[in-house]
Formats: sequence, structure tokens, C-alpha cells
Amino acid sequence: MMEFQALFEQYRDLITIAVYGTAIALIVIGLYAVLMKKHLVKIVIGLSIMDAGIHLLFVAIGYISGGTAPIFSPGNENAGARMVDPVPQALVLTAIVIGFAVTALALSLVIRLYKHHHTANIDQLNSLKW
Amino acid sequence: MLKKLIVFLLIGTLGYTLAVTFSSIPIGANRIGSLDNPETVAAYYLDKSPNDLKVANTITAVVVNFRGFDTLGEVSVLFLAATGLASILYRKEEEEEEEENKRHISHRLNLPSSSLVQTGAKILFPLILLLGIYVFIHGHLTPGGGFQGGAIIATGFLLMLVSYKGFKNNHKIMVWLESLAGLGFVGVGLYGLIRYGSFLQNTGWTGNLNDLVSGGLIPLIYIFVGIKVATELTNVLDILLNIKSRRK
Repeated sequence: MMEFQALFEQYRDLITIAVYGTAIALIVIGLYAVLMKKHLVKIVIGLSIMDAGIHLLFVAIGYISGGTAPIFSPGNENAGARMVDPVPQALVLTAIVIGFAVTALALSLVIRLYKHHHTANIDQLNSLKW
Repeated sequence: MLKKLIVFLLIGTLGYTLAVTFSSIPIGANRIGSLDNPETVAAYYLDKSPNDLKVANTITAVVVNFRGFDTLGEVSVLFLAATGLASILYRKEEEEEEEENKRHISHRLNLPSSSLVQTGAKILFPLILLLGIYVFIHGHLTPGGGFQGGAIIATGFLLMLVSYKGFKNNHKIMVWLESLAGLGFVGVGLYGLIRYGSFLQNTGWTGNLNDLVSGGLIPLIYIFVGIKVATELTNVLDILLNIKSRRK
């Protein structure tokens, strides 16, 4: 445990850049896909990637160096002082489920659009354009 | 070209803002504070969950007890998604026949999978169901819970739906299970309202930490959530997979 703590302190800057960098990169890549891609399924995938980045950001904020999962399993009953923050994890649990619901609904709309127009390219879905 | 420029400007601004904001939040710092004299929500939860509620998994305590009403809303969002999916993808028989004449769907989709896959699926299916049920019954003791267990059960049904073309879920049982699980959740909430004066209020009896029957109403609620999530996800998969195979 102490070794891990020491290692964490030693590479704190690197870990910060790696974790936050990955999360922000995922969000930015997802947004890019949503805004720039032409295929509807790719847009939905972009939304999912954005979701993943936000979840990673949440969990990273709640992390405490050397902390364990917030579960008081047998032999761990008095470890409350060295547990990570449970609140972001509970919120991420909610966010994952809502993300699933959004993806499912978006995909069903994509299927419907594809069946109606025989294309999933948003540039060709211009019947509402004026 | 202009669109590309605007998009890159937007993405750059967002990335820069996020990077600046989060660079001032040190990773791994202890922001919870002392548990004896809780000043943050996290410390309050970590203090209350094992001592008052006797729930080993703090996240379960947060999701089902402290934010139970939120979870009820979450389950309804899932239900709405499943219903919306079904209503968007629903189509009449004539419409389908018309479509079938227009385009030829690959026959591959209608072929049964190999006997190797079928036998493996048959062996794995009950084990996956068992794992899912284990995960949601032990939601207050181990990592996991209703949502995770429900998702595991739905993967079992997905395996069966993919490997057997003729595999049909019994819709009547699914609908009944789903409705009863939802009603059970609301019923537990109403029980708290009538008995203790606030919706989803937990009972005073909590048992011992790390017992299977502990935490008052929390395991009961998570079992309802598990059944509801499992049936809803299975319905979603069923609808999505049957779009093509319905036209013969």
C-alpha cells in the first residue's frame, strides 16, 4: 500500500495528465463525431464516446490516492477513512443507464429513418430542409 | 469549409476550458474530510451506510436509500426508452410485406447458427441467469446490484436469441414480471409513506453488516430493480432483433 502511495506521489503529474487527458480527449472526439460525421450510426457512436469520457471524468474526480472501493466487506469494516468518494460512482451508475436509454432510442430512430429514406446519410435526409 | 472552422473552434474551446478547469483539481486528493465529523455528503454516506443502515456497499446505499426517488425515476426512464423503442419500430403487417417486395434481405440472417453455438448457448444460458440473479441479490454486499444483474440476465437472453432463430420470449410473462416489479418498487415506497411518513423511507430494522438479509428494504428494492431491468433490456433486444426476422 505504501509503495503504491509513494509511486502515485512520484508520478502524480503524469497520472493527472493521462487520466484527465484521456477523459477530455474522449469527450472532444465524441463531439467531433457528432458534429462532423455524416452517417447517423456514427453520430450515435459519437454520443456514446462522449458519455464514456464524462463517466471517466466523474470517477477520476472521486478518486483518492490509495483508496479502496467503498464497500465494507468482511475484514474491511473499519476502512471507511481510506475509501474513495462513493457519490460520483453512484451518479455514474445512473448516467450509464440513462446513456443506454438514449442510445437505444437514438438507434431506433436511425432504423426508422433508414427504412423510410433508404439512406443513413444526413446530407440526403433533406425533406425538411427549406 | 466554414462549418469545419466553426466546429474546430468549438471543440478547441471546449477542450481548452475543460483542461484549464480540471488542471486545478488535483487527482487523488482527499476531499471527503473526516468521517467522525462529516462535513461533506460523501463522509456522511460513508459514515451512515455501515453504521446506521448496515449496508456494506455504500454505492447501493446511495443509489437505493439516500437517492431512492432518483432511482425510481431512472427505472421509469428505462421503461420509457423501451416503450418508445417499441412504438417507434412498430409497423403493420402490410407495410412489412411491401417492404419485403422492394428489397431482398440477405438470407444469411434467417439461417440457424451452428450446432456448436446452440449447444454452448444451452449450457451457458442457465449459468448466466444464475450469475445475474446472484449479482442483484447480493447488490448490497458486493459490487453490483439491480442494474448490473439485470444487464447480465439480458445478455443471457441475447445469447439465446442470437443462437436460436425460433427462440421466443413469453411476452405475457415478461410484461407481468416487469409490471409487478415496477409496482413492487412503488409499493415499497408507499409502505414507507404510510408506515413512517415519507416515501421510500427505510425500516428501522436493519440486521447486521454483511448479512444477506440486512439493510432493511434495500435488498428488496434492488431485487425489484433487477427484475425490471432484466425484462426491459430483454424486450429491447427482442424488438431490435426481430425487425428483420419478422419478414419471412
